[in-house]
Amino acid sequence: MFYTMMKIRVRLFQVATALLFVTFFSIHGGVMAQGDKNPVTVYSFDEFEYWLHKDTDSLYVINFWATWCAPCVKEIPHFEKIYDTYKDQKVKVVFVSLDHPGQIESRVLPFMERLDMQARVLLLDDPNSNRWIPKVSDKWTGSIPATVIYNRDFRAFYEREFNYEELEEIILPLL
Amino acid sequence: MKKMKSLGLFLGVMFFSLANFAQGYEVGDIATDFSLLNVDGNYVSMADYPDASGFIVIFSCNHCPYVVAYEDRMIDLHNEFAPKGYPVIAINPNDSIAQPQDSYSLMQVRAQEKNFPFPYLLDADQSIYPQYGATRTPHVFLLKRDGEDLRVAYIGAIDDNYREASQVEERFLVNAIEAIERGEDPDPAVTRAIGCTIKTQ
Repeated sequence: MFYTMMKIRVRLFQVATALLFVTFFSIHGGVMAQGDKNPVTVYSFDEFEYWLHKDTDSLYVINFWATWCAPCVKEIPHFEKIYDTYKDQKVKVVFVSLDHPGQIESRVLPFMERLDMQARVLLLDDPNSNRWIPKVSDKWTGSIPATVIYNRDFRAFYEREFNYEELEEIILPLL
Repeated sequence: MKKMKSLGLFLGVMFFSLANFAQGYEVGDIATDFSLLNVDGNYVSMADYPDASGFIVIFSCNHCPYVVAYEDRMIDLHNEFAPKGYPVIAINPNDSIAQPQDSYSLMQVRAQEKNFPFPYLLDADQSIYPQYGATRTPHVFLLKRDGEDLRVAYIGAIDDNYREASQVEERFLVNAIEAIERGEDPDPAVTRAIGCTIKTQ
């Protein structure tokens, strides 16, 4: 009986924590969907834009992708490996999904689980891409994959697919 | 040594950017005609339409969700603007080994399923899309007749909301057609949108 009560209490505590967590993220970055480990936060472009201009001592690797984009899917393990190798050296890898927000549960989270994606994943929900593409980069014609790499002193945009060595070659001199 | 390497990299990047910059049409350029295989087994050229005032050339494909989201709007555009002198011509630029869903036979299947009223052509040797400078699907080039030539009048997206046709606020392509019909330059003449890369081997 005592244990059952404890279990219920623990359960209640977990639910309350989860609710608090969801509320917190709802305020700060739109809706959040909770996967097993890695959540997906939904952003409009205006909410997302500060990710492109963080003024910290980290190096940001921002990759635009979608589950249906074959070349994106191919390069994701290389970005994950960068994340894993350099996470202690202030390299922040952020995956920006352009999937339909209605497919987070059905496609994005299962995909992330399948590839064991550990780096942060955001979902950019803003169908008027003509408005925001130039704010990511003036050079971007709109195809994905596309990647922004920046820190305080460096900024570059790439509308192409990467392998691991190519990514490392860009990142290493910036560490 | 490190400096040499950086310089090399810098020059390489410069060269790549310039090479990238140089290819493809800008608004005002003369567009090339083509002779490409349609899903009905015939070859189609723009020269086959001597009475057209222009063309809505859309680099398109089967597999890309952004194309799928626009297919019905492409059909509506053709049905509305072909009688007014601006037929849609869809061209699949993708290599079918790199993207098997975009093979010629599956193009035929898709055209039949959707009952495309416009030609759906295959850029089989991938020679046309680089001349136009298409980088994604869907990618629209509005052409306007200028004597013997066809000039690029507008490049970019169909409208400002790929997801919901009902929530479109700006119909970029329709506005561009209406502008050139009034003898004006489209504004904007270039727009951008997310799309799928063109698949090569």
